[in-house]
Amino acid sequence: MSKQIRAVSLISGGLDSMLATKAIMEQGVHVEGINFFTGFCVEGHTHAIRKKDKVKPKRNNSLWVAETLGIKLHIIDIIEEYKDVLINPKHGYGANMNPCLDCKVFMVRKAKEWMEENDFDFIITGEVMGQRPMSQRRETMPIISAESGADDRLVRPLCAQNLPATLPEREGWIHRDQLFDFSGRGRKPQMALANEYGFTDYSQPAGGCCFLTDESYSKKLVDLWQARGTKEYDLDDVMLLKVGRHIRPNSDFKVIVAREDGEARFMQGYKKSFLNMNCASHRGPLALIDGSPSAEDLHVAARIVARYGQGREAEEVEVTVRDREGNESTLKVKPMGVDEMPKEWFV
Amino acid sequence: MSTYQLDAKRLLCPLPVIRTQDKIKELQIGDILTVTCTDPGVMQDIPAWSRINGHKVLKTESGEYEFVITIEVGE
Repeated sequence: MSKQIRAVSLISGGLDSMLATKAIMEQGVHVEGINFFTGFCVEGHTHAIRKKDKVKPKRNNSLWVAETLGIKLHIIDIIEEYKDVLINPKHGYGANMNPCLDCKVFMVRKAKEWMEENDFDFIITGEVMGQRPMSQRRETMPIISAESGADDRLVRPLCAQNLPATLPEREGWIHRDQLFDFSGRGRKPQMALANEYGFTDYSQPAGGCCFLTDESYSKKLVDLWQARGTKEYDLDDVMLLKVGRHIRPNSDFKVIVAREDGEARFMQGYKKSFLNMNCASHRGPLALIDGSPSAEDLHVAARIVARYGQGREAEEVEVTVRDREGNESTLKVKPMGVDEMPKEWFV
Repeated sequence: MSTYQLDAKRLLCPLPVIRTQDKIKELQIGDILTVTCTDPGVMQDIPAWSRINGHKVLKTESGEYEFVITIEVGE
């Protein structure tokens, strides 16, 4: 009896990796999915912190894809290892802080390690030549194969016919004529194939699947690094850059003001890690203070927090300040006027 | 059969799923794991992850701020 060939597929939750996986499953290969969590992944749940988005489904698309395909999915936490990719990208950044090519190389390398540890035979990605300006180009395809170490065990079913034959094709594990020659940014071939496979409900994230491609998020990350004088970060930093208004009056501190109840509830979990404050005399949002504020800075922060509460028109409001141990004090301040807050403060 | 607790509060998806996955790797078939979370998305994701990986969700409980899922470890 011949050995069952097994492949591991990088599942992002989008349509391309779903189709690529299905194309290989159709050839009788046993496929399991792998999904890497960098901390910067765009997830419905992160958006779901905010109340206004609660009507959106809260599903995780990679899990949904795996369940639709009927395959196992292994979700791997690579937050720590990913820091080096983000901080020192060999191939540089894209339009924002997105190190897409280095990221792809890293993920394929991790998939290769998983393949070897679990005795699988090859790796599948949903890459399409010309689909993405940084990581999915004719010139970058061989770079990803070589630098990841996957070499000819990396199969891109959706554009395989535009590329040299891989080991699984040469060995006859899969048939090249049942793979595809998609290229470019157009989505019509993918949508036609989805229709052929009977996939009617699939995710098509317009801006990719990573917060690092987002201009606003990238600016906040750069601001954080500049203020700290180092590119170090942890998961709490990554998460908090996704929520609240970020207002930086000077390099010593930043005020993160919750915009809605959902964000405030999420930020409650950080009250033991950050100085925090909220308006005591009027209804108002929770704010976290990041950095090392002086007493004068705290006064400025309290005025900012008061600005976003219902006492914004009052002559004076009381703001409760809590330290990391939960000790409380009260500041009486005049809410900051909108004309007192320069645009540059808003990160 | 043994019972275990996992605190995945304050974590956003997919971290509660990852923590559940990693904990279950340490357990035996038939063991029971109860996971407590604060991200409402786990009510979809942990059952989905359990279904595709052969584990059985015995119970889900939704509170105002906490969501508790009890899983029996499968093969």
